[in-house]
Amino acid sequence: MRTLKDAKIGERVTVKRLNGEGPIRRRIMDMGITKGVEIYVRKVAPLGDPLELTLRGYELTLRRADAELIELADRDGKEER
Amino acid sequence: MAEKKQIRIALVGNPNSGKTTLFNALTGSNQFVGNWPGVTVEKKEGKLKGREDVIVTDLPGVYSLSPYTPEEVVARNYLIEEDPDVVLNIIDGTNLERNLYLTTQVLELGIPVVVAINMMDVVRKNKDSIDTQKLSKALRCTVVEISAQKETGINEAAEAAIAAAGGEAATPLHIFSGATEHALAHIEEATVHDLSDLKQRWYAIKLFERDERVIAKLGITDRVREHIEKDIRAAEREMDDDADSIIANERYEYIGEVVKTCYTKKRRGMDSTSDKIDRIVTNRFLALPIFFLVMFLVYFISISTVGAWGTNWANEGLFGEGFYLFGIKDCWIPGIPVVVGDLLDAVNCAGWLRSLIIDGIIGGVGSVLGFVPQMFMLFLFLAFLEACGYMSRIAFVMDRIFRRFGLSGKSFIPMLIGTGCGVPGIMASRTIENDSDRRMTIITTTFIPCGAKLPVIGLIASAMFGGAAWVATSCYFAGVGAVIISGIILKKTKMFAGEATPFVMELPAYHMPTPKNLLHSMWERGFAFIKKAGTIILVASIVIWLGSNFGTVDGSFGYHGDALDLEDSVLGMIARAIAWIFVPIGFGNVRETIATLMGLLAKEEIVGVFGVLDFAGLTQLAAYSFLLFNLLCAPCFAAIGAIRREMNSAKWTWFAIGYQCTFAYAVCLMVYQFGLLFTGNGFTVATGFATLVFATLLYLFFRPNQTEVKKHASVAGK
Repeated sequence: MRTLKDAKIGERVTVKRLNGEGPIRRRIMDMGITKGVEIYVRKVAPLGDPLELTLRGYELTLRRADAELIELADRDGKEER
Repeated sequence: MAEKKQIRIALVGNPNSGKTTLFNALTGSNQFVGNWPGVTVEKKEGKLKGREDVIVTDLPGVYSLSPYTPEEVVARNYLIEEDPDVVLNIIDGTNLERNLYLTTQVLELGIPVVVAINMMDVVRKNKDSIDTQKLSKALRCTVVEISAQKETGINEAAEAAIAAAGGEAATPLHIFSGATEHALAHIEEATVHDLSDLKQRWYAIKLFERDERVIAKLGITDRVREHIEKDIRAAEREMDDDADSIIANERYEYIGEVVKTCYTKKRRGMDSTSDKIDRIVTNRFLALPIFFLVMFLVYFISISTVGAWGTNWANEGLFGEGFYLFGIKDCWIPGIPVVVGDLLDAVNCAGWLRSLIIDGIIGGVGSVLGFVPQMFMLFLFLAFLEACGYMSRIAFVMDRIFRRFGLSGKSFIPMLIGTGCGVPGIMASRTIENDSDRRMTIITTTFIPCGAKLPVIGLIASAMFGGAAWVATSCYFAGVGAVIISGIILKKTKMFAGEATPFVMELPAYHMPTPKNLLHSMWERGFAFIKKAGTIILVASIVIWLGSNFGTVDGSFGYHGDALDLEDSVLGMIARAIAWIFVPIGFGNVRETIATLMGLLAKEEIVGVFGVLDFAGLTQLAAYSFLLFNLLCAPCFAAIGAIRREMNSAKWTWFAIGYQCTFAYAVCLMVYQFGLLFTGNGFTVATGFATLVFATLLYLFFRPNQTEVKKHASVAGK
């Protein structure tokens, strides 16, 4: 299972589903990380964490530990788009 | 004016959508700031400019009406329970998708809604376009274009809201998939059909999401719950997802469709100005140097230079001898104590009353108000850093370090400011959204030695240690160490556990704030301090004055003026009664106890006490323990006032003070007793206690964090 935590900087990924529960999961969804959304992993903070993402036209930051809850779609077929 | 029904407008929007700017533009200076009951979320209300009968309530900025953060709970309780006449939903035109997510929820509340698209000036500048008519049709409510910052379209937005207030409630959008809508219809029928038509949909959706607060509020019985649970599960099976995911997904899918039809983006793939700034500001190598440079500038200007001039003027001029107006030689303005003193002399005021007013009240309150210039400068900087978007980047850059101690990346600013003065330091914690991070910051900020503690350090270092440099250095290390150790220990306690909210934060686009808004924010915070902290200081100054000026001389109790020896004052008597407490940490004498008590008024007062009384009989070890205790224990009353103001809770204020004193005592006990042991005084009962304290601290420090263990277990279990 590949999660957002494994994504490389500069990579474009697609969300397959969200794991976890409670406030963290809900907050992530409310911020627009839902099934099928495309995320661009823009950069990582100077000390290695958190991540900076671009999605739905804005910038979001997320700790790696929380990024682990976000499961990604396989990369196959993504390249053609 | 004839008796007319009031119109209540609720202002709703995402953080960083320009909501506060709009609120200020709508209400001007006609505002009342308070707190929502029971939480530290600020409540702002105001009358619409030129309309006595229209009240605007600025709800906290939220991304969703979920039941999790205090802001969300406040906003949704207000909307559901208080039934405002109309919702004015402000959305950021440059960030339509995420902003409309909240709009889809607001439209379900059964309240008339007007949508105001903000930052239209920026949208046009980017050559993008939003078709407001199409958007209005899709959302089935009035949509107006505004720029809160340029103050265009503001009146139109207010007029639209007032017009809508009397009209029909927004019609809930039926935007969900067949399976979901089917379940929602069943839930409405089974649970809320006796509520007003307008509210049914909101409740049905919340029940579908299994919102515990709503289930409890409606008093849904287990039998009914089981019944609707069947419908929810059916929908979940069909959509192969959880109920709350289904709702969130379908909202965003709907928004995607809407945005496609009414929003055209001109530029594609090119970096915006904000991206260009970020490439430097949060750059891998430059981010930290830039951060330290910004911090240095903030500190240098607001505390060291401009702020210090202001504070010196206030302390030595306004509340001192006097000053030259604008530095003009012939224009001498006497200070307040001088003016009031002359006045009291003129009316032949009694000596004790004169002393109470001049030394007690004006002296005490004045010493605190002296910080106001520094504080105003600081708040101006903070307002700028927050409004331009850099504050979020600070959290982004520093998060890695600070979260280990249960603090936020933004905690750095209060700590840094705290080296100047703890009062503005504590007030600077306002910028931290997360409740537990903010409380932790408030509790630990005053461990850092502030400016007023420097004379005390200097006195002890020169009187007892021959001016050794390591004394001051070790004080700073002790302060930083106390912050780190306390952070780790407190993070694992019940009071801080379970409140952890995720660090999922927007990095808003950079933009230049208007001077008007900066000044407004500065004034609001500065004045809040003067008002709230000021009252505590006034009472405390009077109490300390009474304590140190009344006492017994030659067997008669009363006010004796200069004839009274501090040790014979009421304060001295209290000190004598409680001095034994400090015996185990090395300084159970009356005068050190008096000094500690006086330190509560202002830490530099400690020096004043020793100006009269010397250090006879104090060992170096005891003196160091005394110094350490006074650095770490409860701060001065001004800072306690600030803690009370920022905690907005008596319970948390007492907890903070209690923790600080206990921690200080524990540290000093260990330092003194182990010090005695290593200087060859043998192992005593007190050494045993110190060992016990040490073991307890080690346990509290190293024990596993219960909440984290649970979280990982649940993740692993999935």
